[in-house]
Amino acid sequence: MTDISLHRGISAQRIGAMILRYWYLLLSSWPRLLELLYWPALQVITWGFIQYYIAQNASFFARAGGTLIGAVILWDILFRGQLGFSISFLEEMWARNLGNLMMSPLRPIEFLLSLMVMSLIRLAIGIIPMTLLALAFFHFNVYSLGLPLIAFFCNLIFTSWSVGIFVSGLVLRNGLGAESIVWTLMFAIMPLACIYYPVSVLPSWLQYVAWSLPPTYVFEGMRALLIEQTFRADLMLDALAINAVLLLASFGAFLALLRSARKHGSLLAGGE
Amino acid sequence: MTGNDNASSRPTVADGISSAAIEVDRLVKVYKQTRAVDGISFSLPCGSITGLLGGNGAGKTTTIAMIMGLVLPTSGRVRVLGHRMPEESAAVLGRMNFESPYVDMPMRLTVRQNLTIFGKLYAVKGLADRIARLADDLDLNEFIDRANGKLSAGQKTRVALAKALINEPELLLLDEPTASLDPDTADWVRAHLERYRKDNNATILLASHNMLEVERLCDRVIIMKRGRIEDDDTPDAIMARYNRSTLEEVFLDVARGRVNGAREDAAR
Repeated sequence: MTDISLHRGISAQRIGAMILRYWYLLLSSWPRLLELLYWPALQVITWGFIQYYIAQNASFFARAGGTLIGAVILWDILFRGQLGFSISFLEEMWARNLGNLMMSPLRPIEFLLSLMVMSLIRLAIGIIPMTLLALAFFHFNVYSLGLPLIAFFCNLIFTSWSVGIFVSGLVLRNGLGAESIVWTLMFAIMPLACIYYPVSVLPSWLQYVAWSLPPTYVFEGMRALLIEQTFRADLMLDALAINAVLLLASFGAFLALLRSARKHGSLLAGGE
Repeated sequence: MTGNDNASSRPTVADGISSAAIEVDRLVKVYKQTRAVDGISFSLPCGSITGLLGGNGAGKTTTIAMIMGLVLPTSGRVRVLGHRMPEESAAVLGRMNFESPYVDMPMRLTVRQNLTIFGKLYAVKGLADRIARLADDLDLNEFIDRANGKLSAGQKTRVALAKALINEPELLLLDEPTASLDPDTADWVRAHLERYRKDNNATILLASHNMLEVERLCDRVIIMKRGRIEDDDTPDAIMARYNRSTLEEVFLDVARGRVNGAREDAAR
C-alpha cells in the first residue's frame, strides 16, 4: 500500500480479499450486525410517528405525505454510507492491522475500493429492513419513487464516500485521536443540506453554501418529487458534477495525508 | 567500522542493479528536532541474516520502517531487492514480508481466515496447500480454526510468523520476533527461521534485544546508537574487538559509553 499510485495494476483479488476480511468480521460479531440494524429502525419509527402526527394536524404535510420519513431514509443513506466506509477503516486501526496492510501489495486505491463495497454491504443490511419497516408501519414505500431513487442513492453514496475517504485520511495521519471526526463530521453539513426543510428557509447568503453540497440537491429533488410529482433531473446532474469534484478532491487529500503520515511516522504509532 | 556518512571506509550504494537484498545509503530521518536515524549506510547480501542491535531509541525500528517504506526518509536512499523504496515498492512488496510487535493480526478472525486473507493479498498460488504446509511446519493445526484473540502469546507469535512466511518471501524483516516468548518457544522460532533461511536462501534482517538470539542466528551484526551505526561486523569479530565473550557485554559497553575503553583494552 506504500505505492502512491491510484490507478496502476488494480487487483480484483486483493479487493476481494479485503471484502472477505470485513465479511468475516461482520459474521463473527453479532453486536456489529445488530448495530447496523437497530439505529436505522429506531430512526424510521420515531420520524414516522412524527410525520403521522403532523400530517393529522397540518394540511400541507397531509398533502406532502412522506417528505419527513423519506428524508430520514435518504439521510440515513448518506450518514450510514459514510459510517460504513469509515468503520471498516477504523477496524484496521483498532485491530492494529494497518501496518500489515501497508506492507502488503495492497494499494491505496484497492483499499479504498474495498471500503466502498463494504459501505454498500453495511448500508444494505441497515437500510433495507428500514424501508420495509416504513412500508409496514407508515405505508411509505420508498421504492415507489422509482428511477429517481437510483439518482438520489448514487448522489448520496458518492458524497458519503468522499467524506469517508477524507476522514479516513485524517485518522491515518493523526491516529485514533481524530476518531471523533468520523462520527461527527457528517452532522456538520446536516443543517446546510436542508434535509427536513427547503433551501429557501435559509438566509440568502447561506443558500450559496447549501448549494455547494450535493445532498442539498437530492433533498430538494425528493421534495419536488413527493410534493409536486416532478423529477428534477437538472438537480441530480448538478449534484453529480459536484460529487465528481468532491471524490477527486478526497482521493487527493487521502494520498496527501498518507504521504504526510509516512513522513511523520504516524503509521508506526497507530494509537492516539 | 561504522556506517555513518562520515565513515570513509564504507562504500556508498550506487544506482543500478545490485545483487544486494538491501542497500541503505546515507539514510537520515529527522522528526522535528530529533535525528532518529543519522546518516547510516549498509548493504546486506542475499541469503544473509543480519542482526540490528541497539538500545531503545537507537533508531532500529525507524530504520526497518524506512526499508519497508512505512516511513519516508528525510534524506538518503533505500533499495530493496534492486528497487528504490518507496517509489518502486509495488515491485517488491510481494517478495518481502515482516513481523513486528507494532502490528497485530485481526483478533476476531480465525487463524485460517487471517492466513487466507493475507495469502490472497500476496497472490499466493495453491493457497490452501500453502496454509496446510505452514500449519504443519509451525504447529498451528491445534488452533487453526480458533480466533486469533483467543490464542496465547506464543501461539500468536507462531501465527504472525506464518503470516510473514505466507508468500515465501525472499526478504524477511523481523522486529523483536521472540519478544515475550518463553525460552522453549523462542528457541523453536529461531530454529524455524534458520531452517527457512537455509531452505530458501532468504535474506533476514532482525532487530532484537536478545543477544543470545543474535549470536546464534546472525552472521553479521549492526550495532546502532543514537541513530548512528556504532559497529558493523560478524559477531565473533565484534566480540574480539571489544575483548568480550558475549554480545551482551558488548551491548552494555556500547550502551554505557565504554566503547573506546573496551576497544583500547582489546588492542592492548
